Amino acid sequence: MIRLWFKSGTPWIWLNAAAVSLSLIMVVGVLALVVGRGVGHFWPHQVHQFSYQEPDKQPQVIIGEKVETSITPAAMAKSTGFVMADNEDTLVQYLVKTGNRDLTGADFRWIQERNIKDHTQPTNLIVVERREWGNFYGQLLQVKEAGNVIASGEQAWPVLQSKITETLAIFKEIAHIEKKEVGAINYALERLRLKQRRLELKNSLDDAAKQEIATEKTALETEYKQYQATLTGLYQKLRTDSLVAKAENGAELVIPLAKVVRVFQPNNMNVFEKVFHYGNKAIEFLTDEPREANTEGGIFPAIFGTVMMVLMMSLIVTPFGVIAAVYLREYAKQGFITRLIRIAVNNLAGVPSVVYGVFGLGFFVYILGGNIDQLFFPESAPAPVFGTPGLLWASITLALLTLPVVIVSTEEGLARIPSSIREGSLALGATKLETLWLTVLPMASPAMMTGLILAVARAAGEVAPLMLVGVVKLAPTLPLDGNFPFLHLDRKFMHLGFHIYDVGFQSPNVEAARPLVYATALLLVLVIIGLNLAAIVIRNNLREKYRALEG
Amino acid sequence: MSEINNQTNYSPAITKTSGSVHERWRLIKDSIARYGVVIGGLGVIVAIALIFFYLLYVVFPLFLSADAESVKQYEVPEAGLGKTVLLGVEEQNEVAVRFTDSGQVIFFEVSTGKNISTETLKIPEDAHIVSFSQGSPNSEGAVIYGLSNGKAIIVKHQYKVTYADKIRKINPVLSYPMGEEPLIVDETGAALEKIAVRIGEGASTIIVRSADKIRLAHFEKEKTLFDDEATVTRTDSVLDYSASEVTDILIDKEERNLYLLGSSGQLALFDIIDKTAPTLVNEQNILEPGVKVSSAVFLNGDISLMIGDTSGLVSQWSKVRDKQNRFSMQKTRVFKVSDKAVIAINPEQRRKGFVTLDTDGMMGIYHSTSEREMIKERISNALPISAAISPRANTLLVQSDDNKISYWKVDNEHPEVSLSSLWQEVWYESYPKPDYIWQSSSANSDFEPKYSFTPLVFGTLKAAFYAMLMAMPLALMGAIYTAYFMTPKMRQYVKPSIELMGALPTVILGFLAGLWLAPFIEEHLAGLFSLFMIIPLGVMLFAYAWQYLPKELQQSIPGGWEAALLVPVIILSAWFAFSVSVPLEALLFNGSLREWFKSEFGIGYDQRNALVVGIAMGFAVIPTIFSIAEDAIFSVPKHLTVGSLALGATPWQTMTKVVLLTASPGIFSAVMIGLGRAVGETMIVLMATGNTPVMDISIFQGLRTLAANIAVEMPESEVDSTHYRVLFLAALVLFVFTFVFNTLAEVIRQRLREKYSSL
Repeated sequence: MIRLWFKSGTPWIWLNAAAVSLSLIMVVGVLALVVGRGVGHFWPHQVHQFSYQEPDKQPQVIIGEKVETSITPAAMAKSTGFVMADNEDTLVQYLVKTGNRDLTGADFRWIQERNIKDHTQPTNLIVVERREWGNFYGQLLQVKEAGNVIASGEQAWPVLQSKITETLAIFKEIAHIEKKEVGAINYALERLRLKQRRLELKNSLDDAAKQEIATEKTALETEYKQYQATLTGLYQKLRTDSLVAKAENGAELVIPLAKVVRVFQPNNMNVFEKVFHYGNKAIEFLTDEPREANTEGGIFPAIFGTVMMVLMMSLIVTPFGVIAAVYLREYAKQGFITRLIRIAVNNLAGVPSVVYGVFGLGFFVYILGGNIDQLFFPESAPAPVFGTPGLLWASITLALLTLPVVIVSTEEGLARIPSSIREGSLALGATKLETLWLTVLPMASPAMMTGLILAVARAAGEVAPLMLVGVVKLAPTLPLDGNFPFLHLDRKFMHLGFHIYDVGFQSPNVEAARPLVYATALLLVLVIIGLNLAAIVIRNNLREKYRALEG
Repeated sequence: MSEINNQTNYSPAITKTSGSVHERWRLIKDSIARYGVVIGGLGVIVAIALIFFYLLYVVFPLFLSADAESVKQYEVPEAGLGKTVLLGVEEQNEVAVRFTDSGQVIFFEVSTGKNISTETLKIPEDAHIVSFSQGSPNSEGAVIYGLSNGKAIIVKHQYKVTYADKIRKINPVLSYPMGEEPLIVDETGAALEKIAVRIGEGASTIIVRSADKIRLAHFEKEKTLFDDEATVTRTDSVLDYSASEVTDILIDKEERNLYLLGSSGQLALFDIIDKTAPTLVNEQNILEPGVKVSSAVFLNGDISLMIGDTSGLVSQWSKVRDKQNRFSMQKTRVFKVSDKAVIAINPEQRRKGFVTLDTDGMMGIYHSTSEREMIKERISNALPISAAISPRANTLLVQSDDNKISYWKVDNEHPEVSLSSLWQEVWYESYPKPDYIWQSSSANSDFEPKYSFTPLVFGTLKAAFYAMLMAMPLALMGAIYTAYFMTPKMRQYVKPSIELMGALPTVILGFLAGLWLAPFIEEHLAGLFSLFMIIPLGVMLFAYAWQYLPKELQQSIPGGWEAALLVPVIILSAWFAFSVSVPLEALLFNGSLREWFKSEFGIGYDQRNALVVGIAMGFAVIPTIFSIAEDAIFSVPKHLTVGSLALGATPWQTMTKVVLLTASPGIFSAVMIGLGRAVGETMIVLMATGNTPVMDISIFQGLRTLAANIAVEMPESEVDSTHYRVLFLAALVLFVFTFVFNTLAEVIRQRLREKYSSL
């Protein structure tokens, strides 16, 4: 019976079906993993208070968020060195985020369930998100102003909230002045220095020019001094308030409010408050700058850098890709050579991306950039302007990388247009250019669009070449700002994909950064899947359209 | 015009003769556009070709042979002041120095031979010079003269660079690190027949042969905290060794190893870490009988000895630790320099290269690691006697016995790399045996760069192998089912979603592999292995049971939906596999499969290993293979399959005997393209392996691939250095490899398309 069943081949069909199911499970699994971990990051988790006593040690209190649970069978636990009693089947361990890195030296610790004597969730536990040293978990004792206690006990919480709002407003003002105004002054000063150097090199630095530069410089410096004075005042105001809190080990800690991003009591929040908190955190993530070596805060510069790079790349790749495709399909004589070129272009899509990075670094950055610097920016030597990795070179390199995608897709679109349409147009007396411009290209535009979207999706996810031609882990300035010439193509930029690699693998505190990396990954996946789905939808619509034309 | 002809072969409706201005303008626009497109299109294609040629252009100098060109020949400056014992050239190739056997130091211009200054050492009247030696080319130009009265003078030649009015000026100066007065080395006053010195930061060592004894004098300088005056402590000892034979004395720069070489090849190695009690470590004869040592120097770094002999061989010897942890001298490699005796060997100061002179009158430049002969030139008709190579190894001075100095310019940029050093085992310094090693850079210039591609290519292929092992069965089986058995309705959703898997950025896959999958597998290794058995088993059981289910149920789900039915089955079996693996592991492997592998077979476990890479990269490769193979199978002409079925074959027979055979070239090309992707993938390997360039076949060990290596090292490599070019070579290898594979696959696919259309 079984033999007959095997002979019919049915089991093999089932096995093949299993391969498809497995692949699907894997895709969905990976997406679910990224979504699951990425979405949860901003939710205010419950803070637990454990009375914990390890055998033969003093009892202690541990306060923190439960991050992970691990259940190890007794035998495995034994072989890795745990002492297990005979009646224990499993060893249950929790990874607890205890924060307070400044006090304990670590953000996380593993605790064993069997040693937990008591477990509560007091509503008065606070979580302080700080600009340094990560989160603080503990109990609020007092709020201080200029060293004097202004509230303690029950009143401390509402007072703290209003104080924090004030402090944050000041902090924002300081950040604005430092980044925007003082940044602009520094930029102008640097331009003045370069101007002077340029004149020196040309030997045309006469007294009039010197005078002019000096006046401008003094003007800028007075302006700078004014800002400096404002800043000093603001800083003084910023530093007056602080809070006093008790950590898990009973130590009292004074935290200046200047170092606090937000304080909340997760155990005391209802669902709406939690949703509100979630929304706030999500907005911060999308619009704010990173803090603490990229492991906290937002990823706005990375989003911005990715978008800028992709835009620049699209500007370059679209015309060239379309022209090459039009040449191959409409102008070149179809024969062996075109076939060869077509194969070569097709295969370039399969060349490892890191090879493009190597090419970009060697050719664009060192050769082109180096020569541009010598010709046009002799004044800034020895500091390179374009002779170092930057936004422009990254965009061009990725344009080259995605060129085959656009060419192939556009060509496919051109090939789908029935020749009767071209012939009709020509027969009516149009020139070839008019035929192309007025009938063929508009009809092929969805195909170009598809190609471009696929190119953008590929470029947004590509990291290896960018590591060589312009991406950095932390860019002090955005490539687009209010200082002339506004778009700074020579600047280095941040990128979502590289951010994932950098924070996930190069950061000193990988465990703490992990949720943020999942959130970043989720964002990137959403963008790329969205783009790909758009391309698929456009392609399908396109096919429908020409089916009608052919029929 | 013919090459820009259109395939539709139209003739313009407007002829050139007809015409208002407007119509002529249309024609002009048309032809401008035509040329614009042709130029633009060809330009893009040229730009793409540029990638290949640019890579080639950067790599090319690696394999160029070196060049040496004689610039000038001039008389030896101040030839009357004695015979040359040492020639030297400073960093900028402007000033050279000649030390004579009468204690004169003559500085002269490199380009003309014009004397700049002459200095005379203060030799006591009752003594004369009997021996001379160079401290080492790198130790700031220290030399020592041994006198007939048991004393010695140490001199440093240094070059001070000053800028006056932005013009560089180099002033040669002599200094005496141990004082201008001769230093007593042998209190008995016997002549210092042979001498060697090593001047270090705080300590200096002098070894002499005098009155058939080897003496050691060591000076330790100790600076007190508040005083600029340094106190010098001196240690003296006499070595227990019969010295009469010793002709060459060499001390390494750490002042830990002392080599004594006799003229007929007895090499003794002393450990002189304890300066009061030097101990003999090893003694052996290193030459054939009848052959004499003619020259012996350290290679840069003072680890290897280069010994030239009268038979024209230069052999490299270094201290190697054997299995019993004993040190002995081992011959690393031999260079056949000439048929006649070697006169002198001059090591390069920043690389592992050296210059040889032989009695045949030839000068040769060699590189030790790559075993390349870079240059072989005849200097002049006279016999060369002494040579100097500049610190940057681009200028060479050779004095011949007709009292002429030849000034040569040397262009020898990349001697470190040869085909054999890239692909074969190389015996690197301080290694017990030849090996494949990639270790590209280090902090100091003594370091021997190790550019072996073999471990990287091994890592690349290992990663690709495990990825294909995972991807090929899943992707091909999936393609067979999707293209042939699945209902069109389901296929419409399944195909794009698997293709979407290919669009996922690899940085995300790599991140998940490194931070989620690797720890997961580490903990659930047994579960993962049982997964491979239990899932197929579970599927088979379900399939077998399916035919015994009530007919109504079977008919409510028509054929072609098996994949959907199997999703819960697979999830259940996976859950079962993980839950059953725990007690199994406890029962069979003492609780941990990982530990068991280690204790039973000695197989170590890296958290980020080839297994993790295989799964993650397999995931990335599946869509590529799936999509192309599915297309190939799906477009097998329907009349073939229908005919087969009509003749009574079962669907499965039709699949294996008709469809697969017809589509096999397409499937092959799918696998090729998948392999190309696996070989070039960077981010997944970068993040999911430890990036250690080891050659270990074990699935539980890490690896480093060519692509990851480029990503890791490229940003730090200096432009146009050997390292930079070697990384470009790695990129070129990747480029050519994937390009060839993809072209092959593409050609096969095109053939297949033609075949289908003819069927």
